[in-house]
Amino acid sequence: MSSALADTPRLDFAGSPINQALSAADKIELFRKMVRIRRFEQAALQYYTAGKMGGFLHLYIGQESVAVGTLSLCGENDHSITAYRDHGHALTVGMGMNECMAEMYGKATGCSKGKGGSMHFFAPDKNYWGGHGIVGGQTPLGLGLGYGLKYLGKEGCALCYLGDGAVNQGAFHESLNLAALFEIPVVYIIENNGYSMGTSQQRSSAYRGCLAQRAEAYDMEWDVVDGSDIYEVRAKTHIAMERARKQFKPSILEITTYRYYGHSVADANHKKYRTPEEIENYKTHHDPIHLWRKRLIGEGVLSEEQAATIDKEAKQEAAASIRFAEESPAPAIADIMNDVYWETDNHTEASKIGRHFFND
Amino acid sequence: MSRTLTYREALREGLDEELARDPNVVLMGEEVAQYNGAYKVTEGLWKKWGDKRIVDTPISEAGFIGMGIGASMLGVRPVMELMFWSFHSVAFDQLVNNAACVRYMSGGLIHCPIVMRGPANGGTNVGATHSHIPEGLFAAFPGLKVCAPATPADAKGLIKTAIRDNDPVYFMENTLLYGMTGEVPDPADGDFTIPLGVADLKRVGTDLSIIAHGRSVIHALAAAETLQTEHGINAEVLDLRSIRPLDQDAILKTVMKTNRVLLVDESKGFGGVSAMVSHLIQEHAFDYLDAPIKRVTTMDAPAIYSPHIENEQLPNPRRIIEKVLAMV
Repeated sequence: MSSALADTPRLDFAGSPINQALSAADKIELFRKMVRIRRFEQAALQYYTAGKMGGFLHLYIGQESVAVGTLSLCGENDHSITAYRDHGHALTVGMGMNECMAEMYGKATGCSKGKGGSMHFFAPDKNYWGGHGIVGGQTPLGLGLGYGLKYLGKEGCALCYLGDGAVNQGAFHESLNLAALFEIPVVYIIENNGYSMGTSQQRSSAYRGCLAQRAEAYDMEWDVVDGSDIYEVRAKTHIAMERARKQFKPSILEITTYRYYGHSVADANHKKYRTPEEIENYKTHHDPIHLWRKRLIGEGVLSEEQAATIDKEAKQEAAASIRFAEESPAPAIADIMNDVYWETDNHTEASKIGRHFFND
Repeated sequence: MSRTLTYREALREGLDEELARDPNVVLMGEEVAQYNGAYKVTEGLWKKWGDKRIVDTPISEAGFIGMGIGASMLGVRPVMELMFWSFHSVAFDQLVNNAACVRYMSGGLIHCPIVMRGPANGGTNVGATHSHIPEGLFAAFPGLKVCAPATPADAKGLIKTAIRDNDPVYFMENTLLYGMTGEVPDPADGDFTIPLGVADLKRVGTDLSIIAHGRSVIHALAAAETLQTEHGINAEVLDLRSIRPLDQDAILKTVMKTNRVLLVDESKGFGGVSAMVSHLIQEHAFDYLDAPIKRVTTMDAPAIYSPHIENEQLPNPRRIIEKVLAMV
């Protein structure tokens, strides 16, 4: 975790209007969504390790409250986009475990027909624009989503997620300048898990106070958020989203969080650049699912039995998605040549003119 | 009826007509609005269309190009001006990983109806950083379309088609062509567009085929006149206009007619457009060739500054004539 919050007195955000508006069912749903992400990824990890999937596997485990808390605030005209640690956001916006797991298996039934893989999940029908593999590369796109909303006259905002390692990419700084200059309704959410791959925040970024404070250079609002507290995540993100929607003012939120696993599962050193005690401390004291469960039980909203049932259902759903992925067909070789051009996919007149592809 | 317009006027007329046709078309780039365009292509458009449709951006190519791509995913149809295509290098991740690949990686769920346009040429003594000619480079990325018009009419007809296309089209102009004039059909005679993927036979001949695109077409036509008058050689000149999609049929047709081919290409030889065209000819028309395929490309070094000799680094009529005389 970032040290930015270490000395901050703890506030209770349960009483903020946006959280007061949550029904018991809403709160349980937030719990269910976090549990589903964790169980989905645990299943993915098991079968990735067994050699069932290709590529990388960047796990979101430990960070679930960030996607679930922030995306729970999205309405019809709010959009989201993130980097390659994208499974949590995908499930939260409503993508199914089956299509996501099948995508990681490289199957034709995957959300991208097996053409994107773990880092490239998309669901434009759910206002979810990926899933992007290059660190910081999605930050101008998130800006463009906000630009598009404003241009098309829709009251909404774009949530653009990035990791703490992405804050030093030039494209991000260019995006911040443009966001403030053009008054774009975008909220940049730095999911600060403390490490850009194997390099700690202290070894990768020069900053005063915190990373979000860089917003001041662009005359932009910012805030730091304790990611382990869903109430706080929602309360502070809601303010930033309203600022974007109503005033066309962008913001940076730095949400402190932690990943239990390495940068990716292939990160063999993840227990070398951080201590076992550090990992254990987070799991014991800051785990967002554990804390939310405790909180809801304390509020009398959730019972231990209900929580156990939700967990069991999520585990079963994840297991079923593994079966679905296993049993799904691989894409055909002919499928390689689809989804390159809109015009050729749609067999338009334009697509029949001239040679578009240059195979042997 | 047609009128005589400069290349930049023809482009501007095309942009203006598309701005009028579709309210989602927005022009963006450095100095395109209040300054009236670094090369005056967009002159007067800001005054006519205002802040929403004609947008000045800071010098921030990765940022604003990426912003345009993101907006295009939502259905806006941005036309992005790069003051020079040479500046592609600072926006490369956006131009390639995002614009070219997002449709594929999403399994066809997303498309980017966006145009990136600007000049891509050598010959203005601005040194290597400002003289890149990347049509072959970008045509090598599936997902992208590339064209490079040589005349005012082609510039207008192709920019209108590029804007209406639902895929990213990278449109390569030329600062040395902006002031050239040519006949352009009158808008009163109807909507004038030229499809992507259709080459244009700019000169009919019998003795050999010169295949070119962009400003090289102008050089080829000048060379052909000299070859005719001074050497009695009747050259055919085919203007590719569109690099991807590519009019392979037109290429093969002229080769099969004249049996000799010279490719003129302002890109470098290694991996340039002419390298691909040469491959297609040998694959599909090998038996029709009476001589090896020859090329005139930009000499294989970074662009030289010196005004005394830069033109000799580039294709020019003299180099074309010399090459032809050695072929026939």
